[in-house]
Amino acid sequence: MTAYLLKRIAIAIATLVLASLVVFAVLEIVPGDPARLMLGMNASAEQVEQLRTQMGLNDPLLLRYLHWAGDLLTLDLGRSLTYSVPVLDLVRERVAVSLPLALIALALSAVIAIPVGLYSASRRGHAGDTLAMGAAQIGVAIPNFWFALMLIYLFAVWLRLVPAGGFPGWGNGIWPALKSLLLPAVALALPQAAILARVTRSALIDVLNEDYIRTARAKGLPYRAVLWQHALRNAMIPVLTILGLQFAFLLAGTIIIENVFYLPGLGRLVFQAITQRDLIVVESVVMLLVAAVIAVNLIVDLSYAIVDPRLRGRE
Amino acid sequence: MSPPKGLLQIENLSLEIGGVPVLKDVDLAIERGEVMGLVGESGSGKSMTALTIMQLLPHAARARGSVIFDGIDILAATEDQMCALRGDDIGMVFQEPMTALNPVKTIGGQVAEGIRWHTRVSRAEAEDRARQILDRVGLPEAKFPLSRYPHELSGGQRQRVVIAIACALKPKLLIADEPTTALDVVLQAQILDLLRDLVAENRMGLLLISHDLAVVTEMADRITILRHGEVMEAGETARVLSEQEHPYTRQLAQASMHVPRRKETAIGRWAIGSREGSDNVRLPTADLPTAIPLLSVQSISRLYPGRRTSLFRRDAPVHAVDDVSFTIAPGQSVALVGRSGCGKSTLARMILALDKPSSGEIRFRGETITGRSEADLKPARRDMQVVFQDPYGSFDPRQKVEKLVAEPLHLLEAQPSPAERRDMVVHALREVGLSETDLNKYPHEFSGGQRQRLSIARALITRPRLIVADEPVSALDVSIRAQVLDLFADLNDRLGVAYLFITHDLTVARAITDEVMVMHDGRIVERGPTPSVLDSPRSEAAQALVAAAPDLHRALAKKIREQG
Repeated sequence: MTAYLLKRIAIAIATLVLASLVVFAVLEIVPGDPARLMLGMNASAEQVEQLRTQMGLNDPLLLRYLHWAGDLLTLDLGRSLTYSVPVLDLVRERVAVSLPLALIALALSAVIAIPVGLYSASRRGHAGDTLAMGAAQIGVAIPNFWFALMLIYLFAVWLRLVPAGGFPGWGNGIWPALKSLLLPAVALALPQAAILARVTRSALIDVLNEDYIRTARAKGLPYRAVLWQHALRNAMIPVLTILGLQFAFLLAGTIIIENVFYLPGLGRLVFQAITQRDLIVVESVVMLLVAAVIAVNLIVDLSYAIVDPRLRGRE
Repeated sequence: MSPPKGLLQIENLSLEIGGVPVLKDVDLAIERGEVMGLVGESGSGKSMTALTIMQLLPHAARARGSVIFDGIDILAATEDQMCALRGDDIGMVFQEPMTALNPVKTIGGQVAEGIRWHTRVSRAEAEDRARQILDRVGLPEAKFPLSRYPHELSGGQRQRVVIAIACALKPKLLIADEPTTALDVVLQAQILDLLRDLVAENRMGLLLISHDLAVVTEMADRITILRHGEVMEAGETARVLSEQEHPYTRQLAQASMHVPRRKETAIGRWAIGSREGSDNVRLPTADLPTAIPLLSVQSISRLYPGRRTSLFRRDAPVHAVDDVSFTIAPGQSVALVGRSGCGKSTLARMILALDKPSSGEIRFRGETITGRSEADLKPARRDMQVVFQDPYGSFDPRQKVEKLVAEPLHLLEAQPSPAERRDMVVHALREVGLSETDLNKYPHEFSGGQRQRLSIARALITRPRLIVADEPVSALDVSIRAQVLDLFADLNDRLGVAYLFITHDLTVARAITDEVMVMHDGRIVERGPTPSVLDSPRSEAAQALVAAAPDLHRALAKKIREQG
């Protein structure tokens, strides 16, 4: 188990270093001189050169990378060129919206999808299964912003249960903040749940054909007990894989939903930073997302070992 | 309906699955403490009979007739009633021990689960009882704590766990569906002994399902012979098998004891003559009539790294194959026998250059094949082909026969034209008793025996000098197996192909090989002419194999003495 764990951690760190090299290289290649950008078009060549030296832009490549990586590790992310505030503050504010949103959406996705998958797999071919999988098909096909608009119309405009958009911040109490995240989380979760339900169903159907399911039935366990106690855990590996991928998407790929609901999340921050060439913000957020995705993958790898004892002995 | 007499009374049972008839008017009865053998070839309905008793049939199944177990009408029972019976009054053991246990649960948990479900005792008490029954089936606490996972056990040990699950609550009836088919003969004998003892201890009824007539003869008081879902013959084991009144019974018995007619080869005659030396290993190298052996294996070993016990420590490396040397002459047929895990498959993989020896050298037709590149190996691969155990798994289901059989042709120096290629495939198909009309068929259109013929045709197409066959008939029914053995013998006679048969089945070795090598713990412990090794084995390993191997003659003679 320790060997498996250490190896996974080593792989995660190596991936992180590799990713940082790629991000650094891309920033080196993109046209545009940060010093020129900061000083504006009217600055003289000497002024620019002076700032370049001051910012360390004239140092050798390797030194610049180490410097940059060191800053990242100490969370010294620099100042945003367009917002003129420390990037760390900016990111922290946005993460406070995006992370809870992603977690709620992920939890909703799992809570909807796994019971639906269980139901469908156990009633394979019956009307209930056909209906559930038809609904899942629609859920996969319809884009999440359409769900978002429908949800706003129903719950915000008609029933007036939740605000139609915006984010009051966590400072004004937890409930109002949660309330404004609820609809976007549902809109994000529905298509994800549809995918996950299909994966759960097919993983379960595979497992239900295994010999040990027959052994469990021959013990006298009723079908429901076999499903929950024997089949589900064996079907968890593909489900966890998809959940990991979905979390990565939910953390960063939510620009459209953030726009529909006027949420100040990470997705909108990156989008604005890219359009305004605020490379310091872009690199920081990209690295943060890379680190988050790698961390999630690590957690998924470790949860494999928890689910399946056969992996624990491996290296 | 007559009142139920024995423990289980099946009358006029007919079964359809999705409109396809599977069983027709089957009658079968088992008394307490009685062993009933249910024999038949694959597809004869043996397993479906068992699953009907358990009511674990597929959804599309419709059963008619009557199945009365201990006064309960099984066909009319509700699912709740069946749940109460399964695992409590009726236990079941399945064929494939490697997959019969849930990989993510401990063995203790899996045995205790049924006990808790049926008796509602506390977890601690259920584990206590699980401990007792695991002890009883030969998995003592010290070596096999309840916290072990299935993947930490061997096939035979896993089958003991499955038996423990089935017998935990002392069922009145145990159904064992091919319980030893996946195990080697020594394990098979141990498991059969265990089942016999459990029957005697608890006056349990046992329905033993098997395709192996010898196993059933050894075990069963009465047997029922099934074919195409119908009972051909039923009665006392000794009477049914000694009188062989029904033609199908005779056919089965003959196929089980079938020995192909072989011309006595030069090698075969030579081998019987040479029995000098006091050593168990009777090495024939010096006496070989040909100067260059076809295959020569010189002190090869294969080590696997030991299990990692902690981050920086490993157990000592495992010798899967340990300093093995032997030769095979052109046209010679040699059996490599041994228990599962003895290293015979690893040895075969190295001979086929699919795995590299840790040390030693393998020469084929005088040229070394160890450490060669794939390109250099082409001539050797052409002259050495392989036939695998499973005729179902070794073909791509989406390719036609023409392409499948032609596969090894890329090994030829000069690539044949499409027309030549077709001719060669047709020739190979005729060689194995198939015909030109089979060219455009897909593998699923063939029966198991025909598929094994296809894999032999595929092996023959490059005109090899040596065929390595890994358990080539153990997945086949007895009658088909007799045909395939005949085919192997015939090809050896006509084409002079040498064979290395890897098997744990001594009847196969006896049927078609000149010499036997016995492998144990990675070493070859005995080699000699087939009849002399099998009739008077010298090494302990060979003696154990021979003693455990089921033998129809022997079993029947014993049954006749017992049953008069």
